[in-house]
Amino acid sequence: MITKRIIPCLDVRDGRVVKGQNFKGIKDVENPVTLAKYYNEQGADELVFYDITASFEGRRLFTDILTEVAKCVFIPLTVGGGINTVDDFDRVLKCGADKVSVNSGAIKNPDLIREAAKKYGNQCVVLSMDVKRVDGSFTVFAKGGRENTGIDAIEWAKRGVKNGAGEIVLNSIDTDGVKNGFDIEMLNAVCSVVNVPVIASGGAGSKEHFKTLFENTDASAGLAASIFHFGEVKIPELKQYLKNENIEMRII
Amino acid sequence: MIAIIDYGVGNLFSLKSSFDFLGLETVVTNKTGTIKNASHIILPGVGAFGDAVKKLEDTGMKDFLIKEAKGGKPFLGICLGMQLLFNKSYEYGEYDGLGLVPGEVVPILDSLPEERKDLNVPQIGWNALDIKKDNCLLKYTKNGDCVYFVHSYYAKTEKEYLSSSTEYGIQITASVENENVFGTQFHPEKSGKIGLEMLKAFSEI
Repeated sequence: MITKRIIPCLDVRDGRVVKGQNFKGIKDVENPVTLAKYYNEQGADELVFYDITASFEGRRLFTDILTEVAKCVFIPLTVGGGINTVDDFDRVLKCGADKVSVNSGAIKNPDLIREAAKKYGNQCVVLSMDVKRVDGSFTVFAKGGRENTGIDAIEWAKRGVKNGAGEIVLNSIDTDGVKNGFDIEMLNAVCSVVNVPVIASGGAGSKEHFKTLFENTDASAGLAASIFHFGEVKIPELKQYLKNENIEMRII
Repeated sequence: MIAIIDYGVGNLFSLKSSFDFLGLETVVTNKTGTIKNASHIILPGVGAFGDAVKKLEDTGMKDFLIKEAKGGKPFLGICLGMQLLFNKSYEYGEYDGLGLVPGEVVPILDSLPEERKDLNVPQIGWNALDIKKDNCLLKYTKNGDCVYFVHSYYAKTEKEYLSSSTEYGIQITASVENENVFGTQFHPEKSGKIGLEMLKAFSEI
């Protein structure tokens, strides 16, 4: 049966990984290529790169790095950050990305998903959503979680899939950074209305949180950044633990 | 020299990079002269069957590739490239494939039993191989090894052509073989070390 995926996320600014620290065994942890190779060897099922640079120069550095990674790491690579047009899709796909995630770009231009899916296929388009509870309802936020769009998250997820998103990354602002576990309630609300894989993001703090995630939701994958970067949770140990708990895992 | 057929369908960067990484020479091409001189042929592909087959037909590539494959050269179809090897596909209509492996391409969703209709389609992710027979493409691959799938349709074929399958509510054709013609539904170029070993095995045929 299909395995649940474990996905480290690398935030890249000006060609360097942000938050990459405290690694044992590798020297330059801020180098995205070094870190990508490391995670690949550790058995990560996929890598997500978020470009958090704003400058044109930074963008070019980012695509250069992506090309370097795609030449030596042969697992799916998803790229997000600053994707506003179909040309942006083109720019990163040419450099070796397999999937492209859109967030604020799709809020500004809801046709972006449809246009990109038509050109590159649904499998290529990932809808990334930053969601927070506002007055008891799940609400989409833009601009890295700073701006309340007033859009209902459940409707937004449905609409994204209808327009051709092949996967959803659901990032709960409420649980993000708290390290107290994934947002099970929010994940179930979204998983129940879409028939594409949902990737859980925000809140992972321990191995047990991934077990809770996979046992209590239909999420296809768990995504995390700092707990992997800081070595608090090690991917091979996490995957072996989950496998022992009867969760389908790819063990290398 | 391995020829990777470029017919405007999908991203060939990773496939080419995989062979570069292995130190094997490839050429990404749509030129019949170059393909004729190649030792191996790879037919990649992402997207819809109908569009892809039309592109192959419009360029005269379809008949040419059938002839090349029948000449005995090792030939590998990947993902949609594998589906194109079959007789027919029912993706958004009814289309004739290359007819190099007997069988038909049908929607996963229609084949799922009622109690498994909740499975996500497309199947996206890593799934385990159930190896059905010894095969030179899978000579470095072990039963249960995981590979990366992205697809909404699958190929129904005869047992004699099936070299491995994977479980996704039903038994899904993962790889096929008919003499010198091979196909993988999954992406070896995205399947880590296991996938690289398969590409190496193909180059050694």
